[in-house]
Amino acid sequence: MSEKKTNRRDFLFTATYAVGAVGVGATVWPMVDQMNPDASVKALASTEVDVSSVNPGKTITVLWRGKPVFIRRRTQEEITEARSVKLEDLKDPQKDEDRAKNPEWLVMLGVCTHLGCVPLDQKGDFNGWFCPCHGSHYDTSGRIRKGPAPTNMEIPKYEFVNANTIKIG
Amino acid sequence: MKNFLKIFSVFIISIGLSFNVNAAEKAEYLKTDWSFKGLFGKFDRGALQRGYQVYTEVCSSCHSMKYLSYRNLSEKGGPEFSEDQAKAIAASFEVKDGPNSDGEMFTRPGKLSDKFVMPYENVKAAQAANGGAYPPDMSVLVKARGGGVDYIYSLLQGYEDPPLGETLDDGVYYNKYMYGNKIRMANPLSDGLIEYVDGTEASIEQMSKDVTTFLMWTAEPHLEARHQMGFKAIIYLIILTALVYFSMKRVWSRVETKV
Amino acid sequence: MSDHEYTPKSKAGKWFNDRLPLLTLANHLTDYPTPKNLNYWWTFGGILTFCLITQIVTGLTLAMHYIAHADMAFESVEHIMRDVNYGWLIRYIHANGASMFFLAVYIHIFRSLFYGSYKSPREIIWIIGIIIYLLMMAAAFMGYVLPWGQMSFWGATVITNLFSAIPLVGEGIVTWLWGGYSVDNPTLTRFFTLHYLIPFLILGLVVLHIWALHVPGNNNPVGIDIKKPSKDTVPFHPYIVIKDGFALLMFMIVFAFFVFYTPNILGHADNYIEANPLVTPAHIVPEWYLLPFYAILRSVPDKLLGVVAMLSAILILAALPWLDTSKIRSAVFRPLYKQFYWILVADVLILGYVGAMPAEGLYLLVARVATAYYFLHFLVVLPILGYKEKTLPVPLSITDPVLGGSPNLATVKNKESLNN
Repeated sequence: MSEKKTNRRDFLFTATYAVGAVGVGATVWPMVDQMNPDASVKALASTEVDVSSVNPGKTITVLWRGKPVFIRRRTQEEITEARSVKLEDLKDPQKDEDRAKNPEWLVMLGVCTHLGCVPLDQKGDFNGWFCPCHGSHYDTSGRIRKGPAPTNMEIPKYEFVNANTIKIG
Repeated sequence: MKNFLKIFSVFIISIGLSFNVNAAEKAEYLKTDWSFKGLFGKFDRGALQRGYQVYTEVCSSCHSMKYLSYRNLSEKGGPEFSEDQAKAIAASFEVKDGPNSDGEMFTRPGKLSDKFVMPYENVKAAQAANGGAYPPDMSVLVKARGGGVDYIYSLLQGYEDPPLGETLDDGVYYNKYMYGNKIRMANPLSDGLIEYVDGTEASIEQMSKDVTTFLMWTAEPHLEARHQMGFKAIIYLIILTALVYFSMKRVWSRVETKV
Repeated sequence: MSDHEYTPKSKAGKWFNDRLPLLTLANHLTDYPTPKNLNYWWTFGGILTFCLITQIVTGLTLAMHYIAHADMAFESVEHIMRDVNYGWLIRYIHANGASMFFLAVYIHIFRSLFYGSYKSPREIIWIIGIIIYLLMMAAAFMGYVLPWGQMSFWGATVITNLFSAIPLVGEGIVTWLWGGYSVDNPTLTRFFTLHYLIPFLILGLVVLHIWALHVPGNNNPVGIDIKKPSKDTVPFHPYIVIKDGFALLMFMIVFAFFVFYTPNILGHADNYIEANPLVTPAHIVPEWYLLPFYAILRSVPDKLLGVVAMLSAILILAALPWLDTSKIRSAVFRPLYKQFYWILVADVLILGYVGAMPAEGLYLLVARVATAYYFLHFLVVLPILGYKEKTLPVPLSITDPVLGGSPNLATVKNKESLNN
């Protein structure tokens, strides 16, 4: 078999395999993608919350993407406390200003970053939250101060669409 | 090969015959050009938006569209209203939600994620309000009728006086294209019934065509994606088939002529 | 088997193969000697395997989103069509895939009828095939109920009601099947479970079907026994693999046309209407692939006898290896049988056509004649033809252009020794 003939034969087979592989990939993708969040789930990716009835010192919990979100209207005392914490004292250093752009409102995912339990409000050694599962203590900014949780409670994407409404997500 | 052709033609003929099945029983449907038919068929956005307007202003008081969500109105492949327009449309409807912290159900303005609000609570309420006849949900109506878009298009223009000597009960009307010719819905369209936002003249024919186009989309929102993917898939398969065919010939050339 | 001679090339391969001989199996399948004169009618076995895998994969992915409850089934299918990523594509592939599956299986069966593939020593392959076919029909019937449209509901009602024809225990069986006093939610949930199960039963039977085939080896268009391996055979890989691949691609083009351009043409519009126990559709019809049996069922005025006739129409196929008395396998050499074969094909197509029509007037008459003829073909024509027909001489081998003799090597050798 001459070199040329072998090359041509190989090229045909290689081309066939390559084109075939493209088809296999194109076929597999929809089967995989159908498990991704569907359009109706993605439509609920954000939610708007009416906070007009939330007075200072009060926390409400809303469901967003299947998880609890704490919305707390903080008292001046809590704000001052949160802002005066030294960053070196924090396991996960983060300024309160970066967590609550509008200092009066703390909006965060009510999920303990240790193993996912929902921390209890107004409990613990730091005037914030306490997780009963394994003893994590969070401060008035939702930052981890004591206990096994590695990071602060997560701040989701949110914005005030007007004075009374927060859009989360 | 001869045998194959023989069998294939028998197969095709039998399929063809089976489609003429119900043709003898009904009048010939009115014909028009549908932009979404054919291999490269696409929806006319203007027709979809006008059709939505017809649905909302004429049909939605009795006919639900329960499988559609307001966000569908701004999604690709449909009327493609802007997201803000779709939001405004949604907000113009009151949606039931709840229970609230008092345990009560309440209503609120619609959101993009909500399904189209139904005119009646349930099927029985719809029947009660319409003399016992249920105005069918329109989400897949076009696929639920053998005649498809041609049937709906014709029916909307098919109201006429019953033939001489035939009297109809109260609440029953004569329609040339309705199966059995009797329909419980009064003629829903009349010339100039609505004022199209885009200024198109709202003749019965225009409204029939627009709302039917809209209904084709509600039944098959992914029609355009399906056509586009189909074209690519079949071209791809033809290319791969050719490659495999020549590979096959190359492989089999090693064997002396088959018997 | 001579496959014990195969040794894997790598050490790891040999270690594994000594414990579970999968590599030996793979080698057996790739080297498997296949007659080299197979025509394209033989590619449908591979196509059917593709159809089964397609249905299983699309079915599995649909099952991730489908809700098997009477109140939510229809809506969940619409959810799949509208919201699930590529849901519309997967659903249309699954629905049209069922039709393609039956198209392929009918071609596959009719191939066997023409070339005598059901004859000794392949009777068990054939019977396993009949069982697979019955399971396919059960799976398809139950699958069609799942969207809970008007045809789903009423088709289920009609077919399950058939069991009431059984004397004494009929009514009890129907109640047991329904899980209630009519087709309702309990019926739907159990149909979903069984619909999920059956394809895996089919998969197992397909393994047995191919295993049983590999004992005598494939039949071939001239229907003669051949030695394997020999100059009459080619190894399955690459020769048959690539030929099956080519045929499969052609099949997929047809499949793609249905899925992408006319996805609802083989279905029934009434199934886009939600099930309503108070309103019966004007014409209850099963999917096209069940129409011939529906025609046979309705052609008998008695309920029980109609059911018996319908079942017999399928079960009679199992007796085929014994009903057909001819010593010659392939219709290529049976000119009279060939004519009757094509008449049978026409008969089945006619039955399919009248199955879609109302069971009255001329349609009913034609259905009755066609039903009678169907049984006549198997019970009268075939047994007599085997004895009476003058067959054409059959070649001795596929490659040797020598005619004369029987398809059976032993008889030929005998004849040769007699001549010498």
